Amino acid sequence: MLEFINFYLIPGLVLGSIYALGAIGVSMLFGILRFAHFAHGDLMTLGAYLALTVVLALGWSPMMALPIAIAGTAAVAVGIDWAFYRPFRSSPTIVLVIASFGIALMVRAAVQLFWGVEVTPYQTGIQRPIILFDALRVAERHFVIVGGTIFLVGVMHYFLAYTRMGKAMRAMSDDANLARVTGINTKKIIVWTWIMGAGMAAAAGVFLGMDTQLNPNMGWDLLLPIFAAAILGGLGRPYGAIAGGMVIGFMEELSSYPWIGTEPLLEPSYKTAVAFAVMVLMLIVRPSGLFRGRVF
Amino acid sequence: MDLEIFGLFMYGISLLTMTGIYAVSCLGLNVQWGFTGLFNAGIAGFFAVGAYTSAILTTPEHAGHFGGFGLPVPVGMAASMITAGIIAYAVAKICLRLRSDYLAIATLGIAEILRLILKNEQWLTGGSLGISHIPRPFDGRGQPWSELGFLAVVVVIVLAIYWLIERGLKAPWGRVMRAIRENETAAEAAGKNVERYRLEAFVFGAMFMGLGGALSAHAFKFISPEAFEPLLVTFLVWVMLIIGGSGNNKGAILGAFIVWTIWSMTELFTGFLPSDWAIRASYIRVFLIGLILQLVLQFYAKGLIPEKPPVIPGKNGGEKAGGD
Repeated sequence: MLEFINFYLIPGLVLGSIYALGAIGVSMLFGILRFAHFAHGDLMTLGAYLALTVVLALGWSPMMALPIAIAGTAAVAVGIDWAFYRPFRSSPTIVLVIASFGIALMVRAAVQLFWGVEVTPYQTGIQRPIILFDALRVAERHFVIVGGTIFLVGVMHYFLAYTRMGKAMRAMSDDANLARVTGINTKKIIVWTWIMGAGMAAAAGVFLGMDTQLNPNMGWDLLLPIFAAAILGGLGRPYGAIAGGMVIGFMEELSSYPWIGTEPLLEPSYKTAVAFAVMVLMLIVRPSGLFRGRVF
Repeated sequence: MDLEIFGLFMYGISLLTMTGIYAVSCLGLNVQWGFTGLFNAGIAGFFAVGAYTSAILTTPEHAGHFGGFGLPVPVGMAASMITAGIIAYAVAKICLRLRSDYLAIATLGIAEILRLILKNEQWLTGGSLGISHIPRPFDGRGQPWSELGFLAVVVVIVLAIYWLIERGLKAPWGRVMRAIRENETAAEAAGKNVERYRLEAFVFGAMFMGLGGALSAHAFKFISPEAFEPLLVTFLVWVMLIIGGSGNNKGAILGAFIVWTIWSMTELFTGFLPSDWAIRASYIRVFLIGLILQLVLQFYAKGLIPEKPPVIPGKNGGEKAGGD
């Protein structure tokens, strides 16, 4: 039982937090710009590496570097949108998908160019887990990741529920034309969607880097579970994306638990397949997702 | 013959061979995207399946992986098309109903899972060690005849596929395809079974991608999961089609030639740089190809050879009814 909590439930929660932060952005962008943003994973990578630079240059902890990584990634995302996505606002959305596919490679190539391809950790050395109630072993970084996620989700909730911009964003996600008629500045909303989405992605990247290590493919490899989480929660539904991320995170970790006999139910190397299976099933059974998102 | 000129000649042959191999996949994507409007982000998956199928069937027995059939190369190539087609059929059955963005995500997922299988199922694929000693047609006839022989095989295949697709386009089949791409609802209202046509296009396209993969396996005589960076294959084929002109088969072939030439020339150029810089320069290469894609998308969206509207037979005497 304890082994189950320590090695499956807690990693599931951590992974779910990372997925949730990534999926929020994908879901929001789908709601506002109506396209699947293929470069989202690579924005995560960028965020993680921006934090690495701060960690190495100033000797700060990754958490202290987090705000800088978020701000930097958000700025880059707004710039990318201005230069490469803005010309296609009235084109078929699939053109945006192709463009974002190219951006994904460009961002990754830039990361490889500036930071190299070696796998790097933020901090070296063994980190002692914190032991709770004499039995629960929780690594400090896991506390930080889950706590940070809760904080960021709180910020997102405040933004969406209580600020004018957040309310306008939800209105535009529900019905873009109606929002425009009521005088909402859609250009400004798009910029804020990128700031929120890319900021969350950067945080997800930093957390992933803290949990494991940094490599230029880290974000791209997470793209599929993040899409799965966003679809599971319902596209255009940021709260759904959080639930979707948690579900996918838990399912991936729990799929390798030896439920039957002593062998893992599914080889850990096939974890990604779980996210994919959930996504395909959801698309067939209930394309609107758990939280009744939009079906495009 | 002068040694330098001979080297250049051999380089030209290998350039054309690779162009042909990519052209096969690019023509496949043209059937899916150019003519039918199906977004496939998993080209590398079908490419890899084709490569492995043909490699397993044609190699002699080896302890590291499944196989030992030693079948002739054409059999391997045919099997690679069939395997890629079967997988495409399964994907299409589930995902083609979905909107294009969802299809993009689903195909991406398929490619990812295929990659995981190729990497992890060591008994079948040899894992990260890959498969070596893959036979190549006309091999062992000495330079340059063996290379020229293989180039001839590739060229014949490209021409055959080109002819086949062009023929299909002139037939009612091609007209229905374009009709579906332009307006799905209208095509359905005209009594066309949209889902079946889209399925056919997806499967045909994937079969050509599989064949492209098989050709690359025979060209290199060796494959491993790392041999073709999966994303790069998908990306290059997309860039080729968009630059060449999606919806035009000549454009697809021209795009394959231009992009591969740029790709391989820049590799040649970076080879002269000191090794530290050469590694970095290879990322600049990817970045630049990505940038070219963005510029083409924004300013030459139709590509170098744009799609030509089909000639309507008997235009003056009233349009003939397009039979199904």
